[in-house]
Amino acid sequence: MFYREAGDFKTSYQADGQTFPIRFDRMRYYVVLVVAFGLIPFFINDYWVNAILLPFLIYAIAAIGLNILVGYCGQVSLGTGGFMAVGAYGCYKLMTAFPEVSMIVHVLLSGGITAMVCVLFGLPSLRIKGFYLAVATLAAQFFLVWLFNRVPWFYNNSASGQISAPERDVFGIVITGPNAPAWATYLFCLIFLTVCALVARNLTRGSVGRSWMAIRDMDIAAEIIGVNPMKAKMTAFAVSGFFIGVSGALFFSVYLGAVEVGEAFGIQKSFLVLFMVIIGGLGSIFGAFAGAAFLVLLPVVLKVLGVDVLGWPTDIVAHFQLVIVGALIVFFLIVEPHGLAQMWRVTKEKLRLWPFPH
Amino acid sequence: MSEQLVFAMEVTLNGLMAGVLYALVALGFVLIYKASGIFNYAQGVMALFAAMTLVGIMNGQVPFAHVINAIFGGHITHFGWNVPGVLAIALTVGVMILLAWLVQVLVMRHLVGQEPIILFMATIGLAYFLEGVADLMWGSEIKTLDVGLPQGINIWIDETTFQIFDYGFFIDNLDLVATVIAGLLVAGLVMFSQYTKQGRAMRAVADDHQAALSVGISLNFIWVLVWSLAGFVALVAGIVWGTKSGVQFSLSLIALKALPVLMLGGFTSIPGAIVGGLIIGVGEKLFEFAIGPLVGGATENWFAYVLALLFLVFRPQGLFGEKIIERV
Repeated sequence: MFYREAGDFKTSYQADGQTFPIRFDRMRYYVVLVVAFGLIPFFINDYWVNAILLPFLIYAIAAIGLNILVGYCGQVSLGTGGFMAVGAYGCYKLMTAFPEVSMIVHVLLSGGITAMVCVLFGLPSLRIKGFYLAVATLAAQFFLVWLFNRVPWFYNNSASGQISAPERDVFGIVITGPNAPAWATYLFCLIFLTVCALVARNLTRGSVGRSWMAIRDMDIAAEIIGVNPMKAKMTAFAVSGFFIGVSGALFFSVYLGAVEVGEAFGIQKSFLVLFMVIIGGLGSIFGAFAGAAFLVLLPVVLKVLGVDVLGWPTDIVAHFQLVIVGALIVFFLIVEPHGLAQMWRVTKEKLRLWPFPH
Repeated sequence: MSEQLVFAMEVTLNGLMAGVLYALVALGFVLIYKASGIFNYAQGVMALFAAMTLVGIMNGQVPFAHVINAIFGGHITHFGWNVPGVLAIALTVGVMILLAWLVQVLVMRHLVGQEPIILFMATIGLAYFLEGVADLMWGSEIKTLDVGLPQGINIWIDETTFQIFDYGFFIDNLDLVATVIAGLLVAGLVMFSQYTKQGRAMRAVADDHQAALSVGISLNFIWVLVWSLAGFVALVAGIVWGTKSGVQFSLSLIALKALPVLMLGGFTSIPGAIVGGLIIGVGEKLFEFAIGPLVGGATENWFAYVLALLFLVFRPQGLFGEKIIERV
């Protein structure tokens, strides 16, 4: 009754081709936008932004990027951490080399650099696939982290080997560094997330996205019906790399401020983003949001429960967290291998008939 | 003979030994992958879990002691006895078999017929879970493991090589023992899969699930068996690596070292795991020896992966893997 496609008539091509063709989806989208842009900035403080909102927004961008590669194009990648590091270090080099340029340009450029690196490491996907490819992308992960650790040019010869973000602004509002106001960092990341999500949604609806899905479902068959596998795979790697690079740049410059590459962009990060994609739902933009929200909130909730409510020592809570995250992942895969997005689809099916199921 | 060449020979020998250790871990992967098509990322954590359990049993630690202490108060730590090594190993094998059964009943049975990537993710979840459980059970501090394996420099090799080259090679006794153990393990596994009823059933399942079912082989039993075997291999790897560098979290990362070995050798081949391990072991040690100082060192972190990557571009199924045949 609430969610229905029937009765939603389109009278122009423009209306038929819009991003959210169903009225309920469109309304939901507008409501989310109004809440995110119009309400939340007035009610947030530093704790909320740094503990929940910024990681959520940034991981959501990375998850969308990885979802394009894994969920839409079927190329499993375990190099996300390394590619995020490319974004972060690219952003750092640009920030220090061109201090007067706006942060927006820096973030976009570091996305572009990551896209190129990602395509380079994606080249083997033309020959190998499946697990072999997944393990091959680990080469990118380890090589890139090693590179940023060992070559002093990347961290401007700083003594600690760390990189830390200098204070930079957008249109006069400070975005990075310790003096950045919470609402500004939040809005900055939110704008990037919104644009990325819209672009991703429209790319996946269009001919590029269809060729990705054809490759994912069966690459040989896709080749036979005229999809160019090289073009499809390389565009997937490029677009995915761009999003992941943007998220890496934001992760470093806006969220953390100072980064040690092995710690912030290690193999654990690759797995974390992959979990977000799988728990959220492969091949779904909404799933990337849901997965990111779930895995960002879970540790916070567990920590609040364990340390603040029950009063257990932090190390035991940390171990319990591993157990619970592991068990939840297995549980999710058993109950719903298609992730939270599939649950939402089932809910919509129910809503269509509710409250008169017959 | 020039000095550099002698050094290179020593590095090569050490690389061969390291390669055997990598192969030991890779074996566990191959066993499970062949029989059930599951790429078991948890193999490294299983080695960690097995080694921690072994140490805990040997020292008579109370499982979950610090959790109990934290929640209920109290100061339980040890039962106050020490279990001899052989008995402790037998008990740990029992624990690994129990673990295999639990994994099969609680997880893998519910995931039959899912896509390989889903199964892979499930084993990553399992890895997290096991790591947390191991820490909760036995505490996360670094432990020493001593089941009586010899350690330290091998005097005989040192003296012999000194007479020949004027330079004594440093070969660890433990590495030599590990090589013998790995050899015995492979021989044992080959005998098991060739000459016993269960071993043949295992190969039948690896060949074709449905055909194996139709001739009356219980898939459930075979999968428990395979996971138990992988648990046993993990225990052996855990003992060797744990004796070498202490039982600690980094032990679980040996799984990551085994992955390029598998890619080189092919996921489905036991000899491939051995040969791949040797190539990777020698390759990375020699590369670090020759090129490492020029580019800042620590090339071992990525060399194996890049080597495997380049190799796969020319031979996508690995050295000994089954030929990949694609049909539409």
